[in-house]
Amino acid sequence: MDIAWTLFTPWHSLAGGALIGLAASLLLLGNGQIAGISGILGNLLKPEGRAPWRLAFLAGMVLAPLLLWPVMAQIAPSPVETPELNGSTLIRLLAGGFLVGLGTRFANGCTSGHGVCGLARFSPRSLVAVLSFMGAGFVTVALWRLVNGGVSL
Amino acid sequence: MKSTLNALLAGLLFGAGLIVSGMVNPAKVIGFLDLTGQWDPSLALVMASAIGLSWLGVRLAARRSDPACPTDAPARPIDKPLVLGSIMFGIGWGVSGFCPGPAVVATGDLYWPALVVLLGMLPGLAVAGMFGPAQGD
Repeated sequence: MDIAWTLFTPWHSLAGGALIGLAASLLLLGNGQIAGISGILGNLLKPEGRAPWRLAFLAGMVLAPLLLWPVMAQIAPSPVETPELNGSTLIRLLAGGFLVGLGTRFANGCTSGHGVCGLARFSPRSLVAVLSFMGAGFVTVALWRLVNGGVSL
Repeated sequence: MKSTLNALLAGLLFGAGLIVSGMVNPAKVIGFLDLTGQWDPSLALVMASAIGLSWLGVRLAARRSDPACPTDAPARPIDKPLVLGSIMFGIGWGVSGFCPGPAVVATGDLYWPALVVLLGMLPGLAVAGMFGPAQGD
């Protein structure tokens, strides 16, 4: 394993993580809710799940890049790379997204619900979920590198 | 109204955190998952910092002993849907470089790959949702 020191952005990571943790705390203390994005999206798909707090939280997430747009280059650790638009990229993103949706709903949580909020509550279920999805992610990218000779967007 | 504004503010902070940490960039996420290549440990620090601050929130909520705060959610078993679902999610995460949060935030930035991921993710959430009721998280 080689650590990519040139790509590693510790201060941005710590600051961004703190904002995410602050947001999760705010939602817990002010609304009594867990900041789990897959749960919020999944519930919004059903008429009975369309609570105002879910819509408001989602609206805040979508508005964040619009409000921060003028300072994006100053606050982001690196410019966001864009993959080439072609058939294989579209299929990869669609299939990947479908697996993310299916899996997070079955597991009742994703990187936010299990990874951040669940681990902060010392939930054994969340620990198992995090080890499972991180393990699967590591193996997937390692196989991708092995088959393709490298990984790119 | 006040609680809706609170949720809006929380969503804004959450989105800002994903932007500042660089987690809206799928290349950076894949860089963390790329253990056998050039490994970028950034995501681990994002998680550590986010968990630390959330833990403070959980402690504060527990101190208030607010019954509305799910700090002592009933323990559910570690079952097959949890493990198999998480593995499915991990594969999709590795393939696309997106988990649900960044896909939502980057869509607000009109980043087309995020929109494509959401177009796949929403049917996935809907299909899995038909198998049983949502239980929070």
